[in-house]
Amino acid sequence: MLLQVRDLIKTFPGDERPVDVLRGVSFDLEAGVTLALTGESGSGKSTLLHLVAGLDEADGGQILFDGADVAAMNDRKRAKLRRRDVGVVFQQFNLVPSLDVAANVALQARLAGRHSPEADARLIERLGLVDHRAKYPEQLSGGQQQRVAIGRALAGRPRLVLADEPTGNLDEETGARVLDLMLELVTDASAALLMVTHSKRLAARLERRLHLAHGRVATRIERRAAE
Amino acid sequence: MKAAGLTAILSHWRRHPVQLATLILGLSLATALWSGVQAINAEARASYDAAARAIGGDGLPSLHQARGAAIPLDTYVALRRAGWLVTPVVEGTLRMTGGEVRLLGVDLLTAPPPALEGDLAGDVEPIDALGESGRLFAAPEIAARLASPDLPPVVAVEGVAPGLALADIGVAQRVLGEARIDRLLVLPDQPLGRPPLSEIAPDLEERAPDRQGGVARLTDSFHLNLTAFGLLSFVVGLFIVNGAVGLAFEQRRPTFRTLRALGLTARSLVTLLAVELLILSLAAGAIGMGLGGLIAAALLPDVAATLRGLYGATIEGSLTLRPAWWAAGIAIAVLGTAVAASGALWKVARLPALAPAQPRAWALASARTRRLQGAAAALLALAAVVLAVAGSGLVAGFLMLGALLLAAALLLPLWLAACLAGGQRLARGALAEWFWADTRQQLPGLSLALMSLLLALAANIGVGTMVDSFRLTFTGWLDQRLASELYVTARDDDEAARLVPWLEARADAVLPIARTDQRVAGAPAEIYGVADHPTYRDNWPLLAAEPEVWDAVAAGNAVLVNEQLARREGLRPGDPLDLPDGWRTRVGGIYSDYGNPAAQVLIGLDELYDRFPDYRRGDYGVRIAPERAEALRTALVDDFSLSPDQIVDQAALKRLSLDIFERTFAVTAALNVLTLTVAGFAILTSLLTLATLRLPQLAPVWALGLTRRHLAALELTRALVLAALTFSAAVPVGLMLAWVLLSVINVEAFGWSLPMHVFPADWARLALLSLLAAGVAGLWPARRLATRPPADLVKVFAHER
Repeated sequence: MLLQVRDLIKTFPGDERPVDVLRGVSFDLEAGVTLALTGESGSGKSTLLHLVAGLDEADGGQILFDGADVAAMNDRKRAKLRRRDVGVVFQQFNLVPSLDVAANVALQARLAGRHSPEADARLIERLGLVDHRAKYPEQLSGGQQQRVAIGRALAGRPRLVLADEPTGNLDEETGARVLDLMLELVTDASAALLMVTHSKRLAARLERRLHLAHGRVATRIERRAAE
Repeated sequence: MKAAGLTAILSHWRRHPVQLATLILGLSLATALWSGVQAINAEARASYDAAARAIGGDGLPSLHQARGAAIPLDTYVALRRAGWLVTPVVEGTLRMTGGEVRLLGVDLLTAPPPALEGDLAGDVEPIDALGESGRLFAAPEIAARLASPDLPPVVAVEGVAPGLALADIGVAQRVLGEARIDRLLVLPDQPLGRPPLSEIAPDLEERAPDRQGGVARLTDSFHLNLTAFGLLSFVVGLFIVNGAVGLAFEQRRPTFRTLRALGLTARSLVTLLAVELLILSLAAGAIGMGLGGLIAAALLPDVAATLRGLYGATIEGSLTLRPAWWAAGIAIAVLGTAVAASGALWKVARLPALAPAQPRAWALASARTRRLQGAAAALLALAAVVLAVAGSGLVAGFLMLGALLLAAALLLPLWLAACLAGGQRLARGALAEWFWADTRQQLPGLSLALMSLLLALAANIGVGTMVDSFRLTFTGWLDQRLASELYVTARDDDEAARLVPWLEARADAVLPIARTDQRVAGAPAEIYGVADHPTYRDNWPLLAAEPEVWDAVAAGNAVLVNEQLARREGLRPGDPLDLPDGWRTRVGGIYSDYGNPAAQVLIGLDELYDRFPDYRRGDYGVRIAPERAEALRTALVDDFSLSPDQIVDQAALKRLSLDIFERTFAVTAALNVLTLTVAGFAILTSLLTLATLRLPQLAPVWALGLTRRHLAALELTRALVLAALTFSAAVPVGLMLAWVLLSVINVEAFGWSLPMHVFPADWARLALLSLLAAGVAGLWPARRLATRPPADLVKVFAHER
């Protein structure tokens, strides 16, 4: 099992009293499987994603990545996990504005010590960014920027891709194309995907779906292989 | 991992070359001003050291004939025979193209060791130095000027003081054409039981070495002012670096967050940023040292002339950059960057991986931040007050100065915010309201630049006030102290006996100037006798006095003391004072005596004649109508064959003194302009950066119907308004700085204070200059805004393209 989440709890301080964002969330994710996390705003989707990525610390429960407890890791180990095993795609793209497309795509792979210029070149070609490789983020459209962000997340050959509303800033058509590309690349890399989305339509394209409500898993839907 | 992270961090500068230039230039300028001043000071000190090392310089007591007459050879021989270990010295001046060179002749066989050490002894056979033609020894640059068929061969030697040529006394006497001895140096380790000086040579007086060693002490005043200026400039530079680093960090906040999210630890990120800053500070430090060298080289001839003229100190007009200076300069650049960037680095170290990705530095500063700033300013002001009341010494003075300036800088944003809020309340119309509100919103982003402007302006006002007060006081003081039109010195008593009646027949008054060197309150002091004459009653610069003090002095019932002695001993008018030979008298008044490190007492002339019969005589002040002074001078030269240095013309002396001071002020004026330029540069860079970040705030106003040109004009107005408000705060801060310099630092350093004068016309000029600096700084970003393509503004409204 690549990822095991057990009874995860997260509370944020509120104006009057603490807000329980996650109240005991549990689920498993096998290697190579795609999972959509859906739910209303404030249901805890993004918080769950950040905890899995080791960007934030849980108040209770366990996150086991390949059997190792993420919650028990120190900052250095969590950073290493993000660098080598996890690729994150943000809604706001979060590209480095002073690096060009090629350098942005290569960034995480270089941080992880897995940089291969040939692999990057192939990836940039598949992303359809060959003509834009020397451009800077501000010279790209939103769709193009998100493709760069997907490329960056996958260039380091992670075992798990975490995507937080990756199409949230894009129009429907561009969003669909970006999702197609991401699924294709994730499948080719045999990576697992955990994607937060508002869109039921997009969620339906992933193998499994987890619906969060009031900090708990409300529904689990598994798409049959035959479907 | 580190390499990839460093590449990502450094890539920011490739995309923001102007910001990189700002950071490097800010730090370079700060280092340049600091190191330039240090280079000048170090050069001067090295020259003093060389002079002190040279034989005949400071450090040994010496024997002199009264009134500077030559010492007879017989007296020298008598002293040597009596066991006195003395060595003769002759001094003269060689007039060469390019200036005068002091020729010092010493007995190379009996002179103390320093004269014979090093290259001097190594390169030349003693027989050549002492022989028929002899040799002159001088520093290489002086040696080149001395090469002449009329002079002995010149040997270039490193380490001989600048402006000096050294020779054996026999050689020097031949060159000067006189077989005289000017003074005898008393060597260390004298034999026990030698007879007293009064027995062997009663005409000679022994002078302690500290009487000659006053140069370094006097010039300290000048160097202290320069150092204070250098330090102030460096602080202004650090504000720029702090602003530039803070801005660069703030702009890269999203990048830092992304790097953290991609797996870079906080420690790695901070390490990489520290490496980046180290690289930048080393580069900027090296550039700054180069610029500092240029500044020093440009100012040094002026400084050299100033010191030569002011204090008779000779320093080289050329610059030798010493390794220690380079090391110190680079170190201060690195340390300065570390101090300026420490806050920003601390923030990054604590930056959570999930911090908001958008830059937020330019958000309106919270009321809490302002309260904290106000509290810190109040604490610093309190510390300054405590230091003023309880502290003593130069360090306490400088700490107080630092605390006051920092407090003022911290208070500036509060003052500006209050002014802008007032403007907003008074504003009529939507656009005016938006203007004031938007200016307030920009304050946090501009605060640091405006603080550096405040410090630069305060330094200008403070140092300008100090310098002008000094000039005004000094010229007034010169008028008072040099009241007589001519000063005449007789060669001997016979000449004095003929001179006085001759003068009395032709001048309005002849005032004897008689003095004796004694010890007062345990330290060496000069005691002068003054004639009872309106010249003193009307002119003498009294700081405090009892009524009818001149009557009391003339009657021998009271004396006057200089400010230095009064401050050192805590004397006030009416206090008792013990003078030599058990004479207990009363302090009748205190007078200002600028530039004199020694204690001085003025007593009635008759008292001096009675109590100190071995007084030095032969000097006279001559009162005469100014238009008749020149004729009297000519007649004196014709009838008595007086040499030019025996008659001093008051007008010429004043002209010379003022000329020297103008040169001193030229150095401070140059530094003033440089500091203001640095501050103007800080505003420019802040405005340029803000211009990019402010697009989201400007675009909606543009969309509501304002033209880009109109917006640009408002931006320019904003820069001018902020500069004007900053100037209004700089005036009291500058006056406070001047007061501390004049009444605290000066007193701690030199024992005398200066009355403070204010010069509002100078402020008006400075206000115009600061508006000009802000206007020029605001023009570029305003022009960029006016010509910005509308597409850039439209982009603000759409993430998609």
